[in-house]
Amino acid sequence: MPLLDARDVHGGYGGMNILNGVNMAIEASEVGVIVGPNGAGKSTMLKAIFGLLTVNQGEILLNGDPIHNLPPNKLVRRGMGFVPQEHNVFPSMTVQENLEMGAYLKPDNVKRMLERVYEFFPPLQEKRHQPAGELSGGQRQMVAMGRALMPEPDLLLLDEPTAGLSPLYMNEIFERVKEVNAAGVGILMVEQNAKQALAIADKGFVLAAGQNRFTDTGAALLADPDVAKSFLGG
Amino acid sequence: MNELIFFINYVVISGSVSGSIYAMGAVGVTLIFSIMRFAHFAHGDMMTFGAFMVLLLTTLFPQAGAAIGIPTPILLMPLAMALTAGLAVGIDRTFYKPLRAHGVKPIVMVIASLGVTLMLQGLIRLFAGTGGSSLYVDDRKEIFRLPVPIESVRVPVVITEPQLYLFGLTIISVIGLHLFLSRSRLGKAMRAMSDNPDLAQASGINTNTIVAVTWMLAGGLAAIAGTLLSLDVTFKPDLSFFLLLPIFAAAIVGGVGHPFGAIAGGFVVGFAEALAVFNWGLLLRPFRDSLPEWLELPSNLAFVGTEYKIVVPFFILVAILVWRPTGIFKGKVIT
Repeated sequence: MPLLDARDVHGGYGGMNILNGVNMAIEASEVGVIVGPNGAGKSTMLKAIFGLLTVNQGEILLNGDPIHNLPPNKLVRRGMGFVPQEHNVFPSMTVQENLEMGAYLKPDNVKRMLERVYEFFPPLQEKRHQPAGELSGGQRQMVAMGRALMPEPDLLLLDEPTAGLSPLYMNEIFERVKEVNAAGVGILMVEQNAKQALAIADKGFVLAAGQNRFTDTGAALLADPDVAKSFLGG
Repeated sequence: MNELIFFINYVVISGSVSGSIYAMGAVGVTLIFSIMRFAHFAHGDMMTFGAFMVLLLTTLFPQAGAAIGIPTPILLMPLAMALTAGLAVGIDRTFYKPLRAHGVKPIVMVIASLGVTLMLQGLIRLFAGTGGSSLYVDDRKEIFRLPVPIESVRVPVVITEPQLYLFGLTIISVIGLHLFLSRSRLGKAMRAMSDNPDLAQASGINTNTIVAVTWMLAGGLAAIAGTLLSLDVTFKPDLSFFLLLPIFAAAIVGGVGHPFGAIAGGFVVGFAEALAVFNWGLLLRPFRDSLPEWLELPSNLAFVGTEYKIVVPFFILVAILVWRPTGIFKGKVIT
């Protein structure tokens, strides 16, 4: 049974559908990457999975249970974590307080998971008493991922985790994503830096106009001349 | 030296009294703004409501305090705080929550709060009458005249019992609020919601709970401020309504959204008022003999007359909005 199984998902804001039948399945051991042109519905799909917009048709299963149209806080309880692209930290709160807020629903986790998150992201330990708003973009992204990891999710959704970061930080974030995945957390992320992201992807989903255009392993997609020509800039 | 005592009585004590009251009001205003993003104009009347509850309870049980040796109104205040907190939550459920659910603009909420102001004032007038009444039903207001142990000083430092309670309770409230916001899980969740409501929700923070807690805190603090103000002077149905301007000035001076900025702002406005109405001629009096003859000391050398005290917070408010709209602590800008 896949960790996440989205079948024929239609959905959008209000009555307008942006997703017109998306299929996506990943296992707990996998990193899934969603790529595609602007307006393809990549982030929309992530938000649909996290209950931030209405799914009008189709179904989304987490560990076999239907979860579509459940509110985000229920999904957090069921083992899903979401890192939005922007505004993904509490800027006036310290790094440690940000992480504590991640475990708001599971207060017993705080002590144990703080240690684990600091292991994943050593720079955060030094800065734990600094307000998150004063950190650099890359470190802020680490805080955001750390916050989402605090409740020990089975599945972590990342919306463009490397947007606006320098190539150096981009590689660092991808490294962390692989490490987190190796620790048993399934990852589904949307990325603009398609080539680099597909390189670490077990599964890649190329969306266009709210539908799957190509679905394969990351390596296969990178090798596919059609994908390269239309979506990876040659 | 006598002049210095005048200064202590009229500026230091009087400024601290208004400062404390403004601070407690402004904290409520700023907390409500950071969570619900609107300027709550009915705040002054929540203060009056708290004082009115104390008046009601004190009239019902005038002897209650005598048994333990503290003034009855102070003893019954926790009950009034609970009632005011309940009222605040009730008002939110009845009037503000449906509006929020519709996703209205902040200005609609502000106007709604003006409506609540009129309603609350009307209700209080209906039961309490329009005149003033003392919260000291059976007790007597203690006034302490502390003689200064210096030969030449004849004027005592004057401080009243409710003022001492006010200072004590202000300090306790500030420390309590600090511990709540920085140590407790709920307090941190409140700051998280103020920082980033969407992310707070995505972290599983129940926003309805936070909204209710915010109203309870604001209501409780409003009740303390209203009661101690009414103890210091007398209870009137429109007493706290006229504090709305200095309270908002204090919240904006401190930087809206910063509870501790609001406290600082409260004291800034309180002391500015006290300094503006203080008769500076008093301090010049000892030098009267050494002044040249053509310079006669006028009997009153205050910046503004006491009856125009309200221009001080108004001036501060306009000045801060023009020159530093985010306040001392870089808060949000009220829209």
